[in-house]
Amino acid sequence: MTQFVISDQPNHSPLIAEASSERTLYPYVTGTSVVAIKYKDGILMAADMGGSYGSTLRYKSVERMKPIGKHSILGASGEISDFQEILRYLDDLILYDNMWDDGNSLGPKEVHNYLTRVMYNRRNKFDPLWNSLVLGGVKNGQKYLGMVTMIGVNFEDNHVATGFGNHLARPILRAEWKDDLSFEDGVKLLEKCMRVLLYRDRSAVNKLQIAKITEAGVTVSQPYSLKTFWGFSAFQNPTAGAEGSW
Amino acid sequence: MFRNQYDTDVTTWSPAGRLFQVEYAMEAVKQGSAAIGIRSKTHVVLACVNKANSELSSHQKKIFKVDNHIGVAIAGLTADGRVLSRFMRSECINYGFTYESPLPVGRLVVHLADKAQVCTQRSWKRPYGVGLLVAGLDESGAHLYYNCPSGNYFEYQAFAIGSRSQAAKTYLERRFENFMDSSRDDLVKDALLAIRETLQGEVLKSSICTVAVVGVGEAFHILDQETVQHLIDSFEVVEEAPAAEPDAAAADQGVAAGGDQGAVAGGDQDVAPMDI
Repeated sequence: MTQFVISDQPNHSPLIAEASSERTLYPYVTGTSVVAIKYKDGILMAADMGGSYGSTLRYKSVERMKPIGKHSILGASGEISDFQEILRYLDDLILYDNMWDDGNSLGPKEVHNYLTRVMYNRRNKFDPLWNSLVLGGVKNGQKYLGMVTMIGVNFEDNHVATGFGNHLARPILRAEWKDDLSFEDGVKLLEKCMRVLLYRDRSAVNKLQIAKITEAGVTVSQPYSLKTFWGFSAFQNPTAGAEGSW
Repeated sequence: MFRNQYDTDVTTWSPAGRLFQVEYAMEAVKQGSAAIGIRSKTHVVLACVNKANSELSSHQKKIFKVDNHIGVAIAGLTADGRVLSRFMRSECINYGFTYESPLPVGRLVVHLADKAQVCTQRSWKRPYGVGLLVAGLDESGAHLYYNCPSGNYFEYQAFAIGSRSQAAKTYLERRFENFMDSSRDDLVKDALLAIRETLQGEVLKSSICTVAVVGVGEAFHILDQETVQHLIDSFEVVEEAPAAEPDAAAADQGVAAGGDQGAVAGGDQDVAPMDI
């Protein structure tokens, strides 16, 4: 149980209460952006497979997108172990839901709301799960795409992105996303976003997966790389025109 | 004097394998005024008879809205019914808070049944003395369940509980095969006719019955008294219409009404027919 304990020791910093048990005060191993869009038949989601230990790119095969039940897929950026804990919660939830065996099942909307509750509840305990989550799915012909942040902020949209993706991918999506994108065009659009992120986000790695969810079910692609071109002069000589800065 | 050795607490078995206290609780349901439920593919209708305790008092509420998609009709101890309705409301609200979607009816009914079951296995408790007809709509369609004090629950196409409910059951058994494809309005009409069966000669008026509907595109709501009276008037007029002369009409009505009730009323055929 997490609780504050008043320490006997003189407290040097009155603003920081000393805690008896540990929380995730800082993230350790983190994943970077997740990008997802609605397309003609469902949802497409992309995430790279890097796991950064601080700023060290330490792990290169972290799966950050997982199917949740029959109708949903969850993508996560942020603290990887917290994501794994969330997956355990969801496994319990889906198992319990299936055990009713009554023809009812939790859809993406229900899972999204459940996650919102979990995230907000943990932040109220001053022990947040250090993630931004993207939840996509299709149920009864209804496409669903939403996001939850580590403090419980949540919303739905036609396209979403976490972390750096919010700055670099969403402007592209706002300009180019359409309601009736084909699968091929959707993948192309996501790859365009992921390529920009790869160029400009130092914690992105060139090994990514794309997940697809439709009425028929979930598929997560094998990891693959994007073609890149580093010959641009700004890449080759990044300090040009900014001498003396670094 | 008759004395039963095995009925002093709920947890004691009789040698015949019965729990008398639980059976007594089931009897309490039969004492209450009647409540019925009917279901089609898309709608469920609940109806009940309101009996005032005295000339000077109003009657007790017997149909409760639990959530937008669920309602209950009760027969037996109304006080117990209210407690269980409150439980069901809070279950629905909690589910809605966590998942932002309506609680599946079947799951609520299981929670309710589990709650009732506990009371049949604890020496310091007593079973709830109330039967509940739970009507609701969820992603698997319209449902009608009956929960009883023993902790059992059943799903029905149509069912009646409470005093003289056998008369309504007989009516429903004659007609239930058509209910699945019934329109909402036909369902309401059948509910009222089934309720009339339980009255045994008393006139069906909106003041002595309550009707509630839930269905596709229609949140659970209790029909207001005026609407119910309109419906009653409309089909009572239709039944009256075929008769040519006023005298004959009255006589016909007498036979028809008597005949209708024949199956259950038995010896009551000579009782004054319903006046229209």
